[in-house]
Amino acid sequence: MTAEQLVFWVFAPISVGSAIAMVLQRNAVHAALFLVVNFFTIAVFYLILGASFLFAVQIIVYAGAIMVLFLFVIMLLGVDRDESLFERLKGQRVIAITLGVGIAVELIVAIRAGIGFATKGAENFDAVNRGGNAEALGRVLFRQYFFPFEVTSVLLIVAGIAVVVLASQKRRIITRADAAAAAARREAA
Amino acid sequence: MSTPVSYFLVVSALLFSVGTIGVLVRKNALVIFMSVELQLNAVNLALVAFSRLHGNLNGQVLAFFSMVVAAAEVVVGLAIIVTVYRRRQSASVDDFTVLRG
Repeated sequence: MTAEQLVFWVFAPISVGSAIAMVLQRNAVHAALFLVVNFFTIAVFYLILGASFLFAVQIIVYAGAIMVLFLFVIMLLGVDRDESLFERLKGQRVIAITLGVGIAVELIVAIRAGIGFATKGAENFDAVNRGGNAEALGRVLFRQYFFPFEVTSVLLIVAGIAVVVLASQKRRIITRADAAAAAARREAA
Repeated sequence: MSTPVSYFLVVSALLFSVGTIGVLVRKNALVIFMSVELQLNAVNLALVAFSRLHGNLNGQVLAFFSMVVAAAEVVVGLAIIVTVYRRRQSASVDDFTVLRG
């Protein structure tokens, strides 16, 4: 067993386990922390697959920026209470888990039928990554995919404007404390 | 590269199904959103694995673009959740029974 296989077999169970733990956690903060673990394991997989630039981007963007945003919103809204186990639709949980296991089996069968379980990656990948993965990726990105790359900048600006519009709506009741203060003011008047 | 590429695809398939179950089972809008992120990451892993399989970088470029889109999507989605929370004082999807504001 090579070091690479060892890394894979150590991180694959952690990855799947942390994903399952995330879904099972009733507390939103704990779920977010398990998701961070999952993002890190996926970053390690990127490293094994020779995508060292995406490894860095995964840690900076996902485990860094996006998860901070999630935790920030969880704290801001104060929704870190345990979720109730009441089912509004009877049997929803059982059906959902059955369908989820079904999709997993189906995907694995499709992988087996499509490329087989023993297929190894292309041998010439070091040549593809000539000059380092970041440089090679930059070469592809700025030659073949230059127009889509510019379009993403428009997308990010539109998203930024959308958030400003959504977040700066006329101030209504924001927190329970504000609501209580507003009620007290009404009573006093 | 001694680990078969298909092993990564199997992990990706498992993560995607766990994410699907999360979206279908959970009630907290934020946790549903996190499960969607898990699905996006699973597909990204599959893209990078296919990039390794075919020996070119197109898959990695696509994964990179999907990360950019995911970042934009998270920002807008969280802003929507915060806005809805202001109106309804709840983040549970069971309480969002009407689309009217």
